[in-house]
Amino acid sequence: MAEEVVLLDFWPSPFGMRSRIALAEKGIKYEYKEEDLRNKSALLLQMNPVHKKIPVLIHNGKPVCESLIQVQYIDEVWHDKAPLLPSDPYQKATARFWADYVDKKIYDLGSRVWKTKGEEQATAKKEFIETLKLMEKELGDKPYFGGESLGYVDVAFIPFYSWFYAYEKCGNFSIEAECPKLIAWAKRCMQKESVAKSLPDQQKVYDFILEMKKRFGIE
Amino acid sequence: MAVVKLFGAWLSPYCYRVIWALKVKGIAYEYIEEDLSNKSPLLLQYNPIHKKIPVLLHDDKPICESTVILRYIDEIWPQNPLLPADPHERAVALFWIKFADDKSPLISKLFRTDGEEQQAVAKECFEMLEVLEEHALIGGKKFFGGDEINMVDIAFCSVAHWLGVIEDFAGLKIFEPHKFPRLNSWIQNFKSVPVIKDNLPDTDKMLALLKRRREMLLASKSS
Repeated sequence: MAEEVVLLDFWPSPFGMRSRIALAEKGIKYEYKEEDLRNKSALLLQMNPVHKKIPVLIHNGKPVCESLIQVQYIDEVWHDKAPLLPSDPYQKATARFWADYVDKKIYDLGSRVWKTKGEEQATAKKEFIETLKLMEKELGDKPYFGGESLGYVDVAFIPFYSWFYAYEKCGNFSIEAECPKLIAWAKRCMQKESVAKSLPDQQKVYDFILEMKKRFGIE
Repeated sequence: MAVVKLFGAWLSPYCYRVIWALKVKGIAYEYIEEDLSNKSPLLLQYNPIHKKIPVLLHDDKPICESTVILRYIDEIWPQNPLLPADPHERAVALFWIKFADDKSPLISKLFRTDGEEQQAVAKECFEMLEVLEEHALIGGKKFFGGDEINMVDIAFCSVAHWLGVIEDFAGLKIFEPHKFPRLNSWIQNFKSVPVIKDNLPDTDKMLALLKRRREMLLASKSS
């Protein structure tokens, strides 16, 4: 039976990017469907009735929701190529812990950096940098969080790199100055076709953020 | 033989998730009770990032975050599996476990808030229960795991036990059995399972501790 894979997504979503990267790493052909989040499709509402959010991965008509669950699903089903999770249970647990940490911290702190100003923004910037430094420490001397090759934590984290320029411009700070090793890791990831094809241009993301700020009245 | 240790706190639902998983698998472990107001150097060493319980120690290797621990336990000890084998069914189970992880903090937030803020939290709790009733328990299953409990049932322990105790304590009525018939059946079934029934924190003890904690919270708010 021919495999039918559809991804319901929204181009600037770092969560959607995770699934794009995983599918590209495995060389899976799929149909990409761009959602207008102000006018969600009937398909999206049907496939994710609980949260009504993207991304949604639809494999042979069956939906998988939540980006990290999608990445794990893709890794399990197409297990012959480019494994993303380690096979050792303890290393797997460590990878899951750090992906969970990215989920808990990066998106919210990054959002606070571009959505707020003054003291609130200063606090968000400080916490954001602290979080990045912790990730840098976890990376250590490895080329990737996954070791010698791109792994689960890399896939979970690298999408946010496409938002770094926007964070820097809104927050008036340099991430590379604070976390040079992390930026080196990010550039290394961007040399991979699966990542480069899946992440939008940073200027485009910044323009999108500016539009969001205007729309929500954040100056 | 590998040594298994669990750092926990007797009031924490996240701690019980791990206890039940270990018991379902028949794994012997040493339990170490942590005083959360005075965390031990060992806990801070094993969980420097979050400094929280539960922490599982297996062969001196620490694993943190209850859901990460549950998946680790399920992989190391495959007997009595806690997740479906089919990848899509497993993805659905993981979806509900994430939902439980994201929403369970609302229940303890009920306890930490009052007035208008508490009412807003109560409304969110009610909406969470509505989602479970409408989407999660369809098909007339006894448990989320089918005929036996699995990781999803374990993940919703806050709804099964902690919610009721906090409602009693705060004088709230969010969960009404007639409004949530499927959920009500599930709670009764879940709490009748021997490994759960025999390993639940005593309700009276919980209420007494909640009362003391609430007093401390109010005292620190006013100072």
